[in-house]
Amino acid sequence: MDPQIIIARRVARELHSGDLVNLGIGIPTLVANYVPADLKVFFQSENGLIGTGPIPEQGMAHPLLTDAGGRPISALPGAATFDSAMSFGLIRGGHVDVTVLGGLQVDADGHLANWMIPGKMVPGMGGAMDLVSGARRVIVAMQHAAKGKSKIVAKCSLPLTSTRPVDLVVTDLAVIGFAGGKATLMETAPGVSVAEVMAVTEADLTIPGTVPEMKL
Amino acid sequence: MNPVSVEEAVAMIPSGASIMVGGFMGVGTPERLLDEVVRQQKTGLTLISNDAATPGKGVGKLFDAALVSRLTATHIGLNPKAQQQMLANQIAVDLIPQGTFVERIRAGGCGLGGVLTPTGVGTLVADGKRLIEVDGKSFLLETALRAQFALVHAFLADYLGNLTYALTARNFNPVMAMAAETVIVTAEHIVPVGVIAPDHVVTPAPLVDYLIANG
Repeated sequence: MDPQIIIARRVARELHSGDLVNLGIGIPTLVANYVPADLKVFFQSENGLIGTGPIPEQGMAHPLLTDAGGRPISALPGAATFDSAMSFGLIRGGHVDVTVLGGLQVDADGHLANWMIPGKMVPGMGGAMDLVSGARRVIVAMQHAAKGKSKIVAKCSLPLTSTRPVDLVVTDLAVIGFAGGKATLMETAPGVSVAEVMAVTEADLTIPGTVPEMKL
Repeated sequence: MNPVSVEEAVAMIPSGASIMVGGFMGVGTPERLLDEVVRQQKTGLTLISNDAATPGKGVGKLFDAALVSRLTATHIGLNPKAQQQMLANQIAVDLIPQGTFVERIRAGGCGLGGVLTPTGVGTLVADGKRLIEVDGKSFLLETALRAQFALVHAFLADYLGNLTYALTARNFNPVMAMAAETVIVTAEHIVPVGVIAPDHVVTPAPLVDYLIANG
């Protein structure tokens, strides 16, 4: 299975009926494709919408209805629109149940860096810092390694997005939790052993007695 | 509210002015006003805008024409020209979290000196800012943001200047319409008074200084 699809399918299992969910750009956006139809999840787009629907059919796009990247989207029945102060009030105020974000690094303490590479990539943090500060649950969806280098590091070398630790990291190889304040291997991807995960992870992982395989 | 032509409205904006421009990635942006700012070559602008849109679209046009000297925004990663101008030090750029951006503008429009936010505590964003503890929690003091001009795009404007917005084109527009000395509005449709029911007005008419008349 494609690594991105493994991640998206596994993250989708973390969502519950009634959740208000914010999905970031990239792999997190794919999560919506794997949410079961009977699960009534509300997706927020931080540019001012609850109830984001799929990309409209050819010819049905509306220029005033887009996602946070400016791409046309649709709105589901029951959708609501609002201004940016309300949108970030929802985010910072703890009204968003789950945010799913991409990551550059997550460290052993659960700190996330995902908004800049000094001297190289300085796009701005957009809504990422507010989302990590304010959402009830923060899930990072990212590849385990980039160019052979572990993205689960001992300590973030890149500027932090927030001092608030994330709750869960889902990669193409593993699910890592931070419930005890330390990175703990919760699950491995299908066909991947605990030893294989440890070999490609820079951070020290706490390994429980049994580590189940991801259910997708 | 006074109806004016787009040429007259932009003629009021001097070079070097501070302008807030509504819109999110060019959606809900007063394009006609920006086209005219470019035509009249208003240089050295201080721009307050969520993003830099993309070249050729929304505030992206201001970077195409190199009219911006200072920028406060939250994300400019999708406009390579704005990125280049920032890295070449042609623009002084202040990148701030989006929730902080909108709250600073809201504070500016609501007579507040600033807001206390947990966002950015312990990160680069906190550099040089006052940390204030309230009930054992740490917050950053983020000061109010105002501009000389707000350029706003509405969906409906009535003859008095009452405004409504559409879908995700609302974004920063109603917040900015409160935070500038002079508020200039373009609308998709100008409608008779009464078409917008009182319960549906988002920006009340007294906030609007100038409405751009149909061409």
